[in-house]
Amino acid sequence: MDTVFAPATGALSWMWLLIALPLAGATVLLLLGRRADRWGHLLGTATVGAAFVLGLVFFLQLSGLPDDARSATLDLFTFVESGSLNISAGLLFDPLSAVFVLLITGVGFLIHVYAIGYMSHDEGRRRFFAFFNLFVAAMLLLVLGDNYVMMFVGWEGVGVASYLLISFWFNRPSAATAGKKAFLANRVGDAGFLIAIFLMFASFGSTDFQTVFNGTAANNLASGTVLAIGLFLLLGACGKSGQFPLQTWLPDAMEGPTPVSALIHAATMVTAGVYLIARSHPIFSANETAQLVVVSIGALTLLIGCVIGCAKDDIKRVLAYSTVSQIGYMFLAVGLGGAAYALGIIHLLAHGFFKAGLFLGAGSVMHGMNDQVDIRRFGGLWKYMKSTWFTFLLGYLAIIGLPPLSGFFTKDPIILAAFNREGWQGWVFGGAALLGAGLTAFYMTRLFILTFHGPKRWTDDIEHPHESPAIMTIPLWILAVGSVAAGGLMSTSVVNWLTPVFGHTEHHEEKMSHWTATGLTMALVVLGVVIAFLLFRRGTALAEQPARTHIVRAARQNLYADRFNELVLELPGRLLTRALVWVDNRGVDGVVNGLAAAVGGGSARLRRSQTGFVRSYALSILSGAVVVVAALLVVTFG
Amino acid sequence: MTPTYYLVLAAALFTIGAVGVLVRRNAIVVFMCVELMLNAANLTLVTFSRINGTLDGQIMSFFVMVVAAAEVVIGLAIIMSIYRSRRSASVDDANLLKY
Repeated sequence: MDTVFAPATGALSWMWLLIALPLAGATVLLLLGRRADRWGHLLGTATVGAAFVLGLVFFLQLSGLPDDARSATLDLFTFVESGSLNISAGLLFDPLSAVFVLLITGVGFLIHVYAIGYMSHDEGRRRFFAFFNLFVAAMLLLVLGDNYVMMFVGWEGVGVASYLLISFWFNRPSAATAGKKAFLANRVGDAGFLIAIFLMFASFGSTDFQTVFNGTAANNLASGTVLAIGLFLLLGACGKSGQFPLQTWLPDAMEGPTPVSALIHAATMVTAGVYLIARSHPIFSANETAQLVVVSIGALTLLIGCVIGCAKDDIKRVLAYSTVSQIGYMFLAVGLGGAAYALGIIHLLAHGFFKAGLFLGAGSVMHGMNDQVDIRRFGGLWKYMKSTWFTFLLGYLAIIGLPPLSGFFTKDPIILAAFNREGWQGWVFGGAALLGAGLTAFYMTRLFILTFHGPKRWTDDIEHPHESPAIMTIPLWILAVGSVAAGGLMSTSVVNWLTPVFGHTEHHEEKMSHWTATGLTMALVVLGVVIAFLLFRRGTALAEQPARTHIVRAARQNLYADRFNELVLELPGRLLTRALVWVDNRGVDGVVNGLAAAVGGGSARLRRSQTGFVRSYALSILSGAVVVVAALLVVTFG
Repeated sequence: MTPTYYLVLAAALFTIGAVGVLVRRNAIVVFMCVELMLNAANLTLVTFSRINGTLDGQIMSFFVMVVAAAEVVIGLAIIMSIYRSRRSASVDDANLLKY
């Protein structure tokens, strides 16, 4: 089946406004500087709100079209033209872009509103909203681009915005370092993405989605090329989404303000990798090995995230590892292919709601507790911040997958789909997903109980924790409603909505029934909750306990991922640098300095011949004249 | 007329002058030796002028004499002022302009 995109008509020909609005907001806020301090946050929020309304209008127009014509491309201008390379700045609005546009602008708008309250005491609030708008614009470009190069432009844009926002409090060394780490880890992935784009251009002569997908479907390529394109795209996706082996930057990114963690490092940017794989589904569907690698990375990462999540005491870091592991579920789903593409996207949407809600809830707790992030220092907060407690509870129940909240409708089908893979792979990947669900229930229960229940273990400087203002709790409530309702509403409607993108899939024989999988998952989840409840209902020790087992020790060290990077990547790099510095100092500089010293020393000796005695000069003139005459005689008569 | 005698004489005068410039210390004597070398050159010019039957060489020697006269004025003035400041007319004492 050929992929053909229809040109944009009607209101859809204005879809460039989606990107232009937040971009204009960012430009105005950055250029006006301090003059915009008083109203900058309102402008920043308004542009994203307007983009959300526009997104809704476009969505409605798209849904009015017949099933097989649901796509709209808009060619803005020629971006690059050089020989046979012709890249247009084109946009594509299809069902997949539509759900992302709504997620980004919708959840983004709520987080902007929340940030008005959260950042109200910060001097840099205008700068913050400028970067936030920049991020939204770049992210929309990422999901709206109709070729890989435009997507890459947006991809880099979100990377820059993420860097600026992680190190937003740049006079904190840890924040500045975390920003650099995120940027570097992303660069590794970006290099992979770029190589994939080069390969596409070499094989298809174009980077348009349409040409690339039809070229892959035509099956003219060597399977090695398709595999290479797939794996390099996957490397890019792993960098952006914090998947193994590039997951270490994501937890450190929590150094940024909490709304940043919620918007960028939970709900939207980190899901760009999932979008990339889902968007490139013709490439991955064409090569089983590439799919297998995606599934393996997803399964491995979801376990890594869960295990480390159990060992952390920083509320934002636990949520960060939980994000790593939930995105692992999404990778698992999009790697399984076929019907599971849509499952990955649905989980992504549901996750966007409940994880944004959880992060904003964590921010609200920190707001009331003098920016304390250590869950050993919370406890009993449910009485003091009722809104935060209740919305966090809903988000928590949604993430562990309790029916009828959204996680149940989106995670269980992924586990089931993993089990139904053929042969041993089904058991391995299904088992990993199932185990992950149990561990998720454990560490989220631990987080929830230690934060909101049990005895108070506050530091002395906190007299009376306070609930956050309404401007922060209203977004929390909206996101909580989304966490409750989204899963049930989306589980079938979004699958149908995405059918034009991913195609119809036939149901094949299932090795495990729906009810068995759900039963098993529920059993493990309940087990995890009960164990955590029994262990932590009386609170926990304030100091770090000595680790008794290897797994605990390893999990506290992030499973040695940082140590590995230091030893295998950083150390050789540092040794190489040192060697190069030595060669530069001794070799290159040696030659330059030696030459200068030789000339200097030589002339110091030579000037001794300037004795100051007139007769020695006269002698040299005379001997010069004699030599000239002798030479003339030799030439003339010789 | 054979030019040999004149040329040998000029060469002898020039050599005496050159050696004098190189070996003597008294500025006046050095100066006179320079004059000797100039006049040796003049003699050569006049000799060849005569042999070739043209006046170019003789005119050139007049120029040399004029320049030498001007040079004598300046040179003697310099020697005088050096002598005044140093109480010596030795060229070896005027050796400040060196490394």
